[in-house]
Amino acid sequence: MITAERKPIEDLIQSVSPYRRILLVGCNECVTVCSAGGRKEVALLSSALQMHFMKEAKPFEIKEITLERQCDPEYIEELVPIIDQADAVLSMACGCGVQEIARRFKEKPVLPAVNTTFMGASERQGVWAERCAGCGDCVLGVTGGVCPIARCSKQLLNGPCGGSTRGKCEVDPDIDCAWQLIWDRLKALGMTERYEENIPAKDWRTGRGGGPRKIVREDLA
Amino acid sequence: MKTESILEKILTSGQLAVTSECGPPRGALPDKVKEKAEFLRGCVDAVNVTDNQTAMVRMSSLAACIIIKQMGLNPLLQMVTRDRNRLAMQSEVIGAYAHGIDTMLCLSGDHPRFGDHPMAASVHDIDSVQAVTMVTKMRDDGLFQGGQKIDGPPKMFVGAAANPFADPFELRVARLAKKVKAGVDFIQTQCIYNVDKFEKWMEGVRDRGLDEKVYILAGITPMKSVGMAKYMKNKVPGMDVPDDLIKRMAGVPKENQAEEGIKVCLETIERLRNVKGVAGFHLMAIEWEHRVAEIVERAGLLPRPSF
Repeated sequence: MITAERKPIEDLIQSVSPYRRILLVGCNECVTVCSAGGRKEVALLSSALQMHFMKEAKPFEIKEITLERQCDPEYIEELVPIIDQADAVLSMACGCGVQEIARRFKEKPVLPAVNTTFMGASERQGVWAERCAGCGDCVLGVTGGVCPIARCSKQLLNGPCGGSTRGKCEVDPDIDCAWQLIWDRLKALGMTERYEENIPAKDWRTGRGGGPRKIVREDLA
Repeated sequence: MKTESILEKILTSGQLAVTSECGPPRGALPDKVKEKAEFLRGCVDAVNVTDNQTAMVRMSSLAACIIIKQMGLNPLLQMVTRDRNRLAMQSEVIGAYAHGIDTMLCLSGDHPRFGDHPMAASVHDIDSVQAVTMVTKMRDDGLFQGGQKIDGPPKMFVGAAANPFADPFELRVARLAKKVKAGVDFIQTQCIYNVDKFEKWMEGVRDRGLDEKVYILAGITPMKSVGMAKYMKNKVPGMDVPDDLIKRMAGVPKENQAEEGIKVCLETIERLRNVKGVAGFHLMAIEWEHRVAEIVERAGLLPRPSF
């Protein structure tokens, strides 16, 4: 999933303060799963903002709505009947959702309420970790199912570097050394000889190197 | 002979090579480069010039290499994959060779987290193994990494690093094998304090015949004090400093600790020069360049061969 974290309340207060009427829009997909911008977080943020402006005795109206998916134009249409009641939109979706609203409603300011962080997985309750860098040319088949691009701090395709210590990365003892994980997996799979196949320099055109990417499926379009 | 590199000539002749390093200054101070490099004249075969080491901004390795080259010494260009993509790396290799710099070292580089620009983005377009492949291909096939022909290929003698002390240990020989497969000519190792472990690694290297395919220079860094020994043990990632060594350093009065550190390093050199597969020594005397001549002399590695 795409993970996100809500911006600090002080930042959000500052960003909405030029406006009197706010439409706060959550998303029922990834940001709900990572508890950053779903229905529950929309309600919490809405109350926090209302309390703040009430204390300041500043006129402030906020309307809440959570869409099924903010990255899908079909669901954005649900905002059409209510968008004019707001001076600005505060979106709790990932950056994709924020941009979809901005694209649909060209004259309406749209503010991000979360910082979109990474594509990751849930390690345990309340902990998410980065897993995929979206390089567009998956190498997991040769790296034992552990991605060195997303999970090695130096993005080494032929690691580990000299800073791997007791399974941890030199950058932070809370980070697992991706190459230790890869090695452990290759051992468990009885495929250690694969380690010595040098992985050639990557063609980044399938990733960000080729500029903004687009998928066009003729069979669906 | 693949290149005109003096280091290649010495290693090919079977004599023990000696390299040392010069960290460029954090400012436009060419005299500082000259001052440091001058200490190394006549006592080493090549002077490694570090590339923004510990991720701190310094005078570029290439610029300092040129200054050192103009002094009549042999600079060794260090290049990290952290700061440049493959275009910048290749143009720098050509530029270096155009200035007569014919020996280089491919590294991934310390993470920016450790330096003075922790907010910087790392490049890592390619890694150190791929950098070796790229530079040897430029030399041997006369081709850029992208496949186009080079008009006037740079003939670099290409090195890389190895850290026998990092984890997982069982992987460390295989990692060297990958660099050998990429075509690396020589290796400079991480500082060796745990000599037993290094010898164990060398055993693995010999078992696979890798010592026949690559020249291994053993990395040596003299300890200036017990404080430095403790710092190396606790703060420098991938460094293996045995407790006995710290005890030994702590056991002598402060004013004698530097001499004790030099003794330790001489004993290490003496022990390792007889280890099969050790082709020389890389003396990383950090901010201690003025003691290198003495160490090389006391180690019986003078005079340096001339070609």
